[in-house]
Amino acid sequence: MRRHSLAEIEFKKYLGTRDVYGDTLALLGEKYHDIVVLDADLSGSTKTSVFAKKFPSRFFNMGVSEQDLMGTAAGFAAGGKIPFASTFAIFATGKAWEQIRQSIAYPSLNVKIVATHGGITVGEDGGSHQTTEDISLMRILPTMTVVVPADGIETRKALEAIVLHKGPVYMRLSRLKFPVIFDDSYAFRIGKGSIVREGRDVTVFACGYMLAPALRAREMLRENGVQAQVVNISTIKPIDEDLILSCAKVTQSIVTAEEHSIIGGLGSAVAEVISEKHPVPLRRIGVRDRFGTSGSAEELVQYFGLTPEAIAKAALEVIHMKQNTSGSESR
Amino acid sequence: MEKRFYTMAPEENRDKLTEIARLIRIDILKMLNRAGSGHTGGSLSAVEILTALYFSRMRYDPKRPRWEDRDRFILSKGHAAPALYATLARAGYFPREELMSLRKLGSRLQGHPDMKTTPGVEVSTGSLGQGLSMANGMALAARLDGKKSRVYVLMGDGEQQEGQIWEAAMTSSHYKIDNLCGFVDRNGLQIDGPTKEIMDIDPLVNKWKAFGWHVSAIDGHSFTEIFSALDEAETVKRMPSIIIASTVKGKGVSIFENKVKYHGVAPTDEELKIALSELGEGD
Repeated sequence: MRRHSLAEIEFKKYLGTRDVYGDTLALLGEKYHDIVVLDADLSGSTKTSVFAKKFPSRFFNMGVSEQDLMGTAAGFAAGGKIPFASTFAIFATGKAWEQIRQSIAYPSLNVKIVATHGGITVGEDGGSHQTTEDISLMRILPTMTVVVPADGIETRKALEAIVLHKGPVYMRLSRLKFPVIFDDSYAFRIGKGSIVREGRDVTVFACGYMLAPALRAREMLRENGVQAQVVNISTIKPIDEDLILSCAKVTQSIVTAEEHSIIGGLGSAVAEVISEKHPVPLRRIGVRDRFGTSGSAEELVQYFGLTPEAIAKAALEVIHMKQNTSGSESR
Repeated sequence: MEKRFYTMAPEENRDKLTEIARLIRIDILKMLNRAGSGHTGGSLSAVEILTALYFSRMRYDPKRPRWEDRDRFILSKGHAAPALYATLARAGYFPREELMSLRKLGSRLQGHPDMKTTPGVEVSTGSLGQGLSMANGMALAARLDGKKSRVYVLMGDGEQQEGQIWEAAMTSSHYKIDNLCGFVDRNGLQIDGPTKEIMDIDPLVNKWKAFGWHVSAIDGHSFTEIFSALDEAETVKRMPSIIIASTVKGKGVSIFENKVKYHGVAPTDEELKIALSELGEGD
């Protein structure tokens, strides 16, 4: 199990993952001259505008044209560049899914799809703009790497890693500012999860927005005498099977938590590993097969049950299931 | 270093190209017949365009398919892969014998162009509407690198129905991609029938002009007209160019010409025999 030092989890500091993207991309653009950036009329929101201002000849706004965005990015990659293609997650992975599949994933071209506004915390714009499907849509593609950073620090480090990675990448960022959980000593690696807090009674695997609620849930569970292990799975594909299994073997009960449908995302990915290699009780926290709706982000996370309370409740349930199926397996 | 670069064509070059086109047609039909499936009509209609580009226009090195100063060709109408493969083989990218492996399990010649397996294939295509966007990206990358490379992209006429074509057309014009030259293989037919009946694409020339392109309309089987249009395209600055080439689907074989049926069907042994009796001996 990996160990690293952490910032105090009092959530004092918040960083927008998309703000970090904008700033980091502009810095990476200085170092890597082959980076080009494409957007679809959302560069003010995705923050590719920062790169655009600094390197106008290497920025290409495609207008409201997401299929062309992905196809053109593919062409840049085939021409030897490192393209970053950005728009909202629903449009990137939805409208242009087939272009990503055919022009990028199938030939395994070196395109970095960094989409913002993932999940239901998009808020007031409503269901048309809130994607609960994007992780699933990208995860199903062979050759695709899928990364969902949990805070601004991880976002920066993940970007540095994906520039060097050869092959297509999907990175999902948020509209919101996330609490800072990691500090600069955190060593992000593609394909590796990290244990953020230790515990022996239940493991909570979380990604993105849900890592902070998972940590709060841990505090709630501690009051009930339950020691919850909290693990950040920021690479959904390729998923860190070894880490998942080593945690499962100790705690023997799992909760997954994601700002995404319970179908096809992190929960499904963990369940796939667990059910084949070490079956234990598992509950998925996520959006339960529904579309989004208008509301404030704060209201919507309550409305869709993406809360510390929901995680804690699920944790007690899987612990209970574990104990009821006890025999020689349970602790 | 074997680079191909032909100067503009005197008469004897036309005869040579006509002969190459004939031989490519024979290779296309033999490989399709052996494969037992594939796209006959749209492969045959594209032959003069491919022959002109690969044997009298484009700069490339078959021994170094990724030579960074090369011109690039994208087959957006990816189902015409047999035509591209026959051309690439004759141009020296891989042995002509390999053409008989088309569509077989493990073959380097996939049913639709696959940049990962076939030397000379620039991007993977097959799902229509995507090649022009990729051509734009390649052309812009070459421009950023200060290269003189030209990018050619061949689209189908049914393919003009895909919205992404028009997104890309806007991009080409907006970014003044003048190192790009497109072709439309306008053979008038698609799978379910004539394009006019299925989803009329006219007025096609006007559409491309309205999207900010320099347009020429030619006989897609006339080398004279093809080169004249290519020459014209090279003089056009700050605008992309497109050549709307009127062609005959199934061109070169009487039983295939203008037949909807032969879009996605390979020649039977009988049909191949008839075709070869019309086209003559291969090499």
